[in-house]
Amino acid sequence: MKPTETHFTDDETEALKIIADAIIPASAEGDLPSAADAVIFADILTTALSRHGAVQSALAALDSAARESQGKTFTALAAEQAPLDSVIEAFRGSYPEEADLLAMLTVQCYYRDDRVMQSHGMETRAPHPEGFTVDQGDWSLLEPMRNRPEFFRKAP
Amino acid sequence: MNSQPKAAASDEPVDVLIIGAGASGAAMAWSLADTRMRIVCLEQGAMPNPLNYPSTGRDWEARAQSDFAISPNQRQRPSDYPIAEPDSPIKVVNFNGVGGGTVLYAGHFPRFHPSDFRVKSLDGMADDWPIDYNTLAPFYAENDRMMGVAGLAGDPAYPGDNAERMPPLPLGKSGETLAKGFNKLNWHWWPSDTAIATQPYDGRDKCINLGACLSGCAQGAKASTDITYWPHAVRAGVELRTRCRVREITVDDSGMATGVIYYDGQGVEHELRAHVVVLASNGVGTPRILLNSKSAAHPDGLANSSGLVGKNLMFHPYASIMGVFEEELDGYKGPHKIFRSQEFYETDPERDFVRGYTFEIHRGQGPVAVAQAGLQRGGIPWGAGHHRAFRKLFMHTAGMVAICEDLPEEHNTVSLDPVLKDSDGIPAPKIDYTLSDNSLKMMDHAIAKGTEVLRAAGAKEVFAQAPITNGGWHLMGTARMGTDPKTSVVNEWGRSHDVKNLFVVDGSIFVTSAGVNPTRTIQALALYVAEQMKQRLANLFD
Repeated sequence: MKPTETHFTDDETEALKIIADAIIPASAEGDLPSAADAVIFADILTTALSRHGAVQSALAALDSAARESQGKTFTALAAEQAPLDSVIEAFRGSYPEEADLLAMLTVQCYYRDDRVMQSHGMETRAPHPEGFTVDQGDWSLLEPMRNRPEFFRKAP
Repeated sequence: MNSQPKAAASDEPVDVLIIGAGASGAAMAWSLADTRMRIVCLEQGAMPNPLNYPSTGRDWEARAQSDFAISPNQRQRPSDYPIAEPDSPIKVVNFNGVGGGTVLYAGHFPRFHPSDFRVKSLDGMADDWPIDYNTLAPFYAENDRMMGVAGLAGDPAYPGDNAERMPPLPLGKSGETLAKGFNKLNWHWWPSDTAIATQPYDGRDKCINLGACLSGCAQGAKASTDITYWPHAVRAGVELRTRCRVREITVDDSGMATGVIYYDGQGVEHELRAHVVVLASNGVGTPRILLNSKSAAHPDGLANSSGLVGKNLMFHPYASIMGVFEEELDGYKGPHKIFRSQEFYETDPERDFVRGYTFEIHRGQGPVAVAQAGLQRGGIPWGAGHHRAFRKLFMHTAGMVAICEDLPEEHNTVSLDPVLKDSDGIPAPKIDYTLSDNSLKMMDHAIAKGTEVLRAAGAKEVFAQAPITNGGWHLMGTARMGTDPKTSVVNEWGRSHDVKNLFVVDGSIFVTSAGVNPTRTIQALALYVAEQMKQRLANLFD
């Protein structure tokens, strides 16, 4: 994707995609996609634009963590297929707020994907106007309380 | 003071000018409407459109963190003013629009207890209120009729009342599971009084369990004052002007309020004159306006001869205690609140703190909130373990918050920030707040007891947080009521001791905070003050 379309550079976009997959990888159990799946990542990228400055800063921090620990940028290490686990650990340890921002962004988009929602038993719709059904539950459980004497303090 | 353009002042003063269209301003406006006086309410926000509430879209959880965030500093709408709060462990929650905080509240709607008005007499702490439970009882009842309350009579933790209630909210799987835990320990619990319609009420439809109460109720079942009081008040002749932000209250040489200076949505400055001014802008907004209403005669702000405007700020420190269960629960479906426990509400000399707290038992959260909270807490990892950890929590979590009584302390304050300003150039409020030892001990107790009851209910895992940082829902005490002008800002019926045509009706006038949500009491107080005004119209300023 061109930087002019996303306002993120190719390098930033690639880094964001790698980190999204690191946060939520695909899983055969439940047939769940990765957060780097094309549809989900497009949502992440669009959503990230509304917090462009903060996301860009977080990605810069990720790069700093990579340079500090491995001497190369994050995407350069990824291109070399170098193990990224230690870099990501360093990023989360040294830049917890930035790591948290990327994680919050990722899950916000991931858990509104149709496939993900269906895998977790959710209906793929807005709550309104249909709403949901909630059972009344067993109101006989209240009987002990109905028989309890008043216990509030009297005031002078 | 600023460079905004100015409109011509209106020559004709209104009879009553109310600042703020939230919980208390709406009740005050409606109650005074039958006097046929000319009443104008200025509200800095807009009239909400329920069709635009987050629950109407798939991105409802994301919007609860952006344009419907509970923190004005995060929400940053044009109608919001910034709040300087780095020096507070609890951050302010509000909503600036018609309905005010009731647009975003959960609708948990308990009354105060009789003992809450007599803290000094009973516990030797803080102060007694100049009024008591019985004074407010008829106004609680009147407010209940206007808002619509669901619940069940007969709670042994309260005196009996004659409130007409709709059937309670469903227990659901979450409530049933947790109620069994409370019964095992023989601890009190009772279906919460909630301002949520469980059957059609006053033109509003019944709750359909959207589960997004904290982002506005698109169904109209939750009683926010934009859809309860305001339609009645406007039909009765009250004029509601939105997008009007008050900068200051003006006074004349005799010390009487003459009206306000405000900015409209385009930033144009206006003057509106009034015979009576009523502040209904919440426990942060009200002291902000009073402190900003400086003049040669009032160098420390208006109505502040006691020096207590902005002092004694009370939040309710909240502790959150949640349990993870093997069985599937309600999750995000249904109103948050289910029932309450006041087993630890009243002072017990065996404990190491005074006063007490209410447990508000609630259901789970949506998938985004579950995942985000899990990640931040370390309960959900990055990487391969993410999915399994998420499945363990989602639809399997329920628990409670403990709403702890906060006692007044003068060093907890709202002041004016010397630097930060809103979009109209009005100084932002600055919060300085410290949790007391009493609050810290109370939260520790709540976590221990909450853990005990969740285990009794079958929880396999329990996690807690205290205080809830973004939990400053309740803003109280910053213009307290009392009979002595040296130790209070307004008298026992809400009138300023210093300015005899200035009234305050929001949570600012609370003397103590109780251990329950304040909205029902705020509104009962507003109705009580309105009634006092109506009874004294002939000599209101004496």
